[in-house]
Order: sequence, then C-alpha cells, then structure tokens
Amino acid sequence: MTYLDFEKPIEELQKQIDHVRNGKHLIKPKVSAEELEIRLRETQNDIYSRLSTWQRIQVSRHPERPYTLAYIEKMTTNFIELFGDRSFRDDKAIVGGFAELNGETVMIIGHQKGINTKMRQYRNFGMPNPEGYRKALRLMKLAEKFNKPIITLIDTPGAYPGEEAEQRGQGEAIARNLFEMVTLKVPVLCIVIGEGASGGALGIGIGDRLMMLENTWYSVISPESCSSILWRSWDFKEKAANALKPTPQDLLQLGIIDGIIPEPPGGAHANPDEAASNLKAAIIANLTELKKLSAEERITKRIDRYSHIGIYQTEQA
Amino acid sequence: MSQERVPWWKRLRKGVETNTEQKLETPDGVWHKCNGCKKVYLTTQLEENLYTCPHCNYHERVDAEAYFSILFDEEDYNELFRELTPVDFLEFTDSKPYSKRITETEDKTGLRESMRVASGKTGGYRLTVAAMDFRYIGGSMGSVMGEKIARGIDHAIKNKTAFMIISRSGGARMQESAFSLMQMAKTSAKLTQLAEAKLPYISLMTNPTTGGVTASFAMLGDFNIAEPGALIGFAGPRVIEETTRKKLPEGFQTSEFQLENGFLDFIIDRKELKSKIGQLLGLMQG
Repeated sequence: MTYLDFEKPIEELQKQIDHVRNGKHLIKPKVSAEELEIRLRETQNDIYSRLSTWQRIQVSRHPERPYTLAYIEKMTTNFIELFGDRSFRDDKAIVGGFAELNGETVMIIGHQKGINTKMRQYRNFGMPNPEGYRKALRLMKLAEKFNKPIITLIDTPGAYPGEEAEQRGQGEAIARNLFEMVTLKVPVLCIVIGEGASGGALGIGIGDRLMMLENTWYSVISPESCSSILWRSWDFKEKAANALKPTPQDLLQLGIIDGIIPEPPGGAHANPDEAASNLKAAIIANLTELKKLSAEERITKRIDRYSHIGIYQTEQA
Repeated sequence: MSQERVPWWKRLRKGVETNTEQKLETPDGVWHKCNGCKKVYLTTQLEENLYTCPHCNYHERVDAEAYFSILFDEEDYNELFRELTPVDFLEFTDSKPYSKRITETEDKTGLRESMRVASGKTGGYRLTVAAMDFRYIGGSMGSVMGEKIARGIDHAIKNKTAFMIISRSGGARMQESAFSLMQMAKTSAKLTQLAEAKLPYISLMTNPTTGGVTASFAMLGDFNIAEPGALIGFAGPRVIEETTRKKLPEGFQTSEFQLENGFLDFIIDRKELKSKIGQLLGLMQG
C-alpha cells in the first residue's frame, strides 16, 4: 500500500496491526489487533473527514485507486469490451463495452489509467487521443441504437496534448462528442471517479446526471497548469487548487453536479469493493429515476440544464 | 556647434541636414509596421486593406466592431445583449482579484466582455454574428460569453437568421473555473437547437483559436472557416512542446495545417469575407 504524506498516522497504525498480527511476541502486546483496528478506523475517519482541497486531489490520484475496468469488474457481469473508432485505431486510454448491471444491459465507457508503470504507459496515463473520443461516441451511438442506458466514468488528467492528437483533431473530436451527447435518446449518467480535467473529461461527460465520488475533482484546468499560467510558476498549485473550487463538495454547492457518492473511510483505494458497491447503488438509483422520463423529456431537460449554467449580471449599458 | 567637424562631403538634397529638433513631428499612427513581415506602410493602406498587410497578407488582430463593419451591409447593425457583464462569484484571486481584473480591463479597453453580438444583413441575407475581442482577458470564455452565444442562437432561431461565431480566444477563463468549462457544454447544447431549426451556422476561426473554444462551438460549424495564418488548435504549442519534448514543425496548427488535415471547409481572406459569406448564405437559401 502506498501512503500519502498526510496518511502517516494511518500507516503507523497499519504497521502496528501487522506487527501484532504477524510478529513473534515473547511478551503479549499491550494493545490487541482488534483495538488497533478500531483506532485505525477512527484515524481514517478523522483524517478523511477534514481533507483539504489539495489532499483530496492527491487521493484522487492515488496509484492504487480503482479505475474504470476495476469498477466494471466489481459492479457488472458479462462485460464485453468493444474496441476501436473504426477510422484510425483503438485508443487504450478510453475503454467501453456492454455489460449487465443489476440484471439490465448497459453501456459503460470510461477513461482508463494503468495499474503499474508499464500499463500506465500503455494507457497513456489516461490521456485520450481523438480516436478515444471517437470510439466513445461510436459506442454511445451503438447503445442508443439498441436502447441501452449509458454510464460514463471520468478519470483523466486531460486530453493528450500531443502533435498527432492535434493533427487528428483533438478539439473537433471533443466538440463533436459534446454536441452528440446532448441529444442521445437513452439515459446518460456521468460519474467522476478520479480526476476530471477540463475538456478531456467533459468529452465523455455530457448527460442527464453528473455525480462525483467523494474524493475526486473536476475543473476547467488542473491546479498545476493553472498555477503555471496564472502565477507563472508550478509552486502555487495548492493555492490554485483552492481558487478553482474543484471538489465535489464545492461543485455541489455551486449547483454544477447532482450528487456526491460516498467513499469508504480512507478513500476508494482503502476498500475498492465498498467503493464499487456505493457506485453501483448510485447508478441503479439514478437510472431508475431517469427511465421514468421519455427520451424527449430527457433531452429537453438536458438542454435546459446546460442552458442555465452561468453566473453573470445584467446592467443597463 | 562652430567646433563641429565639417565632413568633406555634403548632402545636397533639402531636409537632410535639418537638426533633429527642427524636424517635423510625424503624427503617431501614420505608419504601421506589419506584425508578420515587419515592413512599414501607411496606416491608411492598412485600413483600406481591412487590416491585412499589402505585402505579405498578414491578418492583423482586429476587434469585434471591425468585423461588424466589414460584414454588415452599409455597416448597419444592432448590437444585442450589451447589458450582460461578468461577476467574480468565486472570489477568484491569482496575481490580483478577478473583480479587479474585470474593472481594470473595462477601464483599459472600454469593453464590457470578450464577446459582442450583433444582428443585421450581409449581402441582403439576415445574419446574427457573435464576435470575440482578444483585448478582454485574452478573449477568454466565461459565463457571459456562453450566455451571449446562447441568446444569440435564440435570436437567430426567433428571427430565422443564419448564425456566425468569430472566434479569437485563448480558451476557457480560469477565473470562472467549472462555470467556464460548462460553457462548452452550454454552447454545444444550444447549437443542437440551431441545428434542429435548420439554420446555417458558420464558425470563423481567427488568430488565435485554442482550448475550450476549439473543443466546442468553434469546431462545430456547418461551415468551419478560418482567416489565413491563424493559430488554431486544442492544446497550445508550448504545452505540446513541454509534454512531448519535441520541437514542433514549421506551420504546425496554422489555418493551412487545419485545412490540410480536414478540419476546415476553406480559408478566407478578410477582404473577401463579406462576399463569400453572402454567396454562401445565398446558396443555402436558394
């Protein structure tokens, strides 16, 4: 397990527990493993109940955090992954396919990060190229054709800023998805499960409902890039993070998102099964509600929802 | 002065010998130095050429008003939604508070936002134009730009006019964070209504068009067109070079590059903009 700096007390307790459990003891340890586990829970709860914005961003990037394929495996059965954009190639940073969730076929699409050094490169660190967005759109259209609801799981540090990505129209690919997703006839549920960086996240993020797991962020720009542009230095990322108000708690208050899905104590990586079960419950609840509406009602509401986002003043010229 | 050495040669033509103090002042703005080829020519020439260089055809940055004058017949148009202005609702502070940035920019430029919308006729055809002004925080997209585009689209649908957006922007405005990001969604959602109404949407990209503007309405035109030599892309060239640690080739992300890669319908010289738009609108109505 990798521990973040502010998780030191948790790490200490875990070490003690391991020691009590597995060590050879001449004298019986003063504190029992059970008691230490209670303390561990309390410490986890305490630390995680008052995370700063920057700490929460670190949790969202935890290397052992579950990614899209892990959630698909834990939440669904009969998953068949579908590959390729039918035009250029298959992008490994976005995955998707049909699966059975709670007895119903759904289309699940999400950004995919790698689980180790080799895979991180293979997945391009979860940064899609245009063909990734085009694959996602192809799968969404497929789901629409067969009247299956769409679930998108967002977790990206951004769309890939590469030479070839520009040649193949990164901007156009994202723009096309925004436009097409607005009028999809099936229910579309978007959930940020990790990082939600800018257009790269929004490119699979237009739907009837937008939810976020508890320890995630969603913003117009990453705190690092924001710091480098506005402060002309990478050293102000914490300040930038606070200014951007990117946490689920901020965004719920600002009316941008519809809900926060709780994570287990210590974050999703501490207990991926519990995280997946919370996510699944939220998906089922939201899909049930969305299915009560007709396709036309959903589309009208979707357009209405986005049309009303924005804060400005009206004053006489 | 009497001790001044006299050279063995003497300039004969009048005026050459005039002392600096006695020289006539050249009024500011008589000459213009091209930002492309650096050649110097008369400002009157620049104006006649609609702010393009007579030598290298470099298209200088012009403001929203210039496009309104160029596009609308008899320069006759109505500006719409001037009353919308930005608010610092997140109390965003970087090197200075966003609220202060708003007032300072307003004082300096006389503009109230980075976008202006106007309605009129081009070549006899009704057209609603939303044009950006780069002087206002880099033409950045915040809530006001999104709302002006949304209302512009409503206006076009209600009055059955074609719709045109002239982009010149660095992308989303960081100071409005998630709200800026969501303007990409908002404008795209509104464009589906324009499409439903079967009204033509022309997206003109000018120097520069990048970031969230490119990744939403700028690339969604029924006709995607651009001025020559403009920088058009999603990620900026510096970001790409920093990420890939490679130098980008000459001409990367120019209008010509975008045309070659299939993302533009055509490139249009500013001097032919009006006639071409009129021609296009005529074809769509015929």
